[in-house]
Amino acid sequence: MTTTIDKGTAPGALTHLDALEAESVHIFREVAGEFEKPVILFSGGKDSIVMLHLARKAFWPAPVPFALLHVDTGHNFPEVIEYRDRVVAEHNLRLHVASVQDFIDNGRLRERPDGTRNPLQTVPLLEAIESNRFDAVFGGGRRDEEKARAKERVFSLRDEFGAWDPRRQRPELWQLYNGRHRVGEHVRVFPISNWTELDVWQYIEREAIALPQIYFSHERDVFERDGMWLSPGEWGGPKGDEEVVRRVVRYRTVGDMSCTGAVDSPATTVADVIAEIAVSRLTERGATRADDKMSEAAMEDRKREGYF
Amino acid sequence: MSGTSEISPDALSSADERVGLLRLATAGSVDDGKSTLVGRLLHDSKSVLTDQLEAVTRVSNERGQEEADLALLTDGLRAEREQGITIDVAYRYFATARRRFILADTPGHVQYTRNMVTGASTAELAVVLVDARNGVVEQTRRHAAVAALLRVPHVVLAVNKMDLVDYSEERFAEVANTFTEYAKALGVPDVRSIPVSALRGDNVVDPSSHMDWFSGPTLLEYLETVPVETDPTLEPARFPVQYVLRPQSDDEYRDYRGYAGQVASGVFREGDEVVVLPSGQRTSVAGIDRLGVAVRQARQGESITLRLADDVDISRGDLIAPVDSAPRPTQDIEATVCHVADRPLRTGDRVLLKHTTRTVKAIVKDIAYRLDLNAPIDGVLGHEQHLSELRANDIARVVLRTAQPLALDDYAIGRRTGSFLLIDEADGSTLTAGMAGAAFAAPGRCHS
Repeated sequence: MTTTIDKGTAPGALTHLDALEAESVHIFREVAGEFEKPVILFSGGKDSIVMLHLARKAFWPAPVPFALLHVDTGHNFPEVIEYRDRVVAEHNLRLHVASVQDFIDNGRLRERPDGTRNPLQTVPLLEAIESNRFDAVFGGGRRDEEKARAKERVFSLRDEFGAWDPRRQRPELWQLYNGRHRVGEHVRVFPISNWTELDVWQYIEREAIALPQIYFSHERDVFERDGMWLSPGEWGGPKGDEEVVRRVVRYRTVGDMSCTGAVDSPATTVADVIAEIAVSRLTERGATRADDKMSEAAMEDRKREGYF
Repeated sequence: MSGTSEISPDALSSADERVGLLRLATAGSVDDGKSTLVGRLLHDSKSVLTDQLEAVTRVSNERGQEEADLALLTDGLRAEREQGITIDVAYRYFATARRRFILADTPGHVQYTRNMVTGASTAELAVVLVDARNGVVEQTRRHAAVAALLRVPHVVLAVNKMDLVDYSEERFAEVANTFTEYAKALGVPDVRSIPVSALRGDNVVDPSSHMDWFSGPTLLEYLETVPVETDPTLEPARFPVQYVLRPQSDDEYRDYRGYAGQVASGVFREGDEVVVLPSGQRTSVAGIDRLGVAVRQARQGESITLRLADDVDISRGDLIAPVDSAPRPTQDIEATVCHVADRPLRTGDRVLLKHTTRTVKAIVKDIAYRLDLNAPIDGVLGHEQHLSELRANDIARVVLRTAQPLALDDYAIGRRTGSFLLIDEADGSTLTAGMAGAAFAAPGRCHS
């Protein structure tokens, strides 16, 4: 690799992807320099895949100095778990799994009437952070996703209950990130805060990053609920007069199967996806997440409780 | 996932990716129509999507408003919606074919000066709003002063509500001239004024048919075209070391030793003679790796890894700079600060000071005086000198003493190597943001 000589970029400005990449790498290196035991939240979704790619570049040629943590809802897309395990093996990473199913089985969590397990992830996440003594937790959250996230810091201090208090956030100036915290507290770190959905996809294209196949067009049995195409499953669907149909769809986001909707799409390549979202009139969460439709402040409320 | 080694440099220069990034901040209050202006920029550049607009319309209707209140697009917190004001900085993203924009939307009221300072700290451009009927008021002067203090290189005055002054050219010229003179006196290098009506959409994204006398660009056209790229070869090169990379693996990189960091300013080239601060050891740049690709040079903003010719003792917190333009390490700092915490900062306080990647102990030796941002050129607020404490949102001149020497630049020379934070050692909270050296760039009028 070091035999490839590029002439470098000076003078002339950085492209937006270069600028975003350099900023994210800076954030990863700050955490490596200032924390004892960081961990990367890895769901197998595109944002966490891009985070891992950035971490690998940040520390090249050394290995990524962090483990991965997957909060497993038990309602996973099989393609995503397969992808996760392949990546972990390929790059010789360490993976921790915090299982929502285990918490349900031992009675510490109870299944919700609507069957969705997204809000149930918070307790296993906090317990994994506490028992492993993780002091920095990287998340793939982006400020463009949602209006409460637009107010989130890159370094976001959480108390011993994992709670986010938007009124007591530290001002974040220049590129000076303050990761100081007391025993029992931890810091959530969002290295791709300033990326948009389109940036993520353009970067995936530029870097030729492989993704789970469900991000691309495929045929799938689905049923319609609240204007979204959901996959049938033990979590409660289809119900009543909801009808299962076979459609050509893809996923714009990857989360808990019970509440992540697919969109009609013929996009089979990254370039197709970029063309599709460039003209989309819906945000990715608006199009695909049932849990965000609950109220105006659904995300703020979940974040206050310690959610990602 | 592809290995890093497969990335070819050619892939980095495909034509459709030559889109730059502009970071800007907006300052103003609801009364000036700031949220409407931001909403208009997002809406007319098609960055607000249907589901977002539907949600805003629904909430507006529930409150008995007939039209969608675009302020709800940016005021994302429950408390902000309840109080109808912007409290915290919100980051907004929009794009055109020419540029990508990161907009820090900040509140205008005096009790949120710290949030405005936060938004301006990373901005290359600030949009200041005034109501054409009121012209330049106290708040406008404060916004201009914040932009000048934070060394935001480009300031745009949006003279809003032109529809309420009959689109008068004379009125616009009067407001624009007053503001330009004021901002120039504070040392803002580039000032531009644009007459707009955010409510009606005049000159925000599309040109106005009501102001034929104005031949300049619309606000969005200006944001798309203003040249913000500076020539990094004219700036001193600075490289704060973040992390030492030593794979110690069994492969070809067994003996690799590199210093990871982001170029804070200027350009580093292979072969450059450099000095490591504060130790003063000299060596030269043996090689530069840009995230896995060897390059001959790297410029401001790039995250890279430097390899050095000699085996010198370097760790996180050191600064690498060219031998002929290195800063002189110092333990005594005179600076302008903005106090951002609710708890006061007192003379004699022992705190932590974070500068680039280095954190050292420091003592607050003196709080010389507070700056009156409504009349910063005339200076001292309340004519009090050597204050005992600073409160939230105070802007002041201070003297600090650090336990170890710091390779600090004047903020005027480098925003990145001239800035620092004061941190509470007990609970880790951020107390104060600081800028080394003189407050304003105004010739002969520096507060030093």
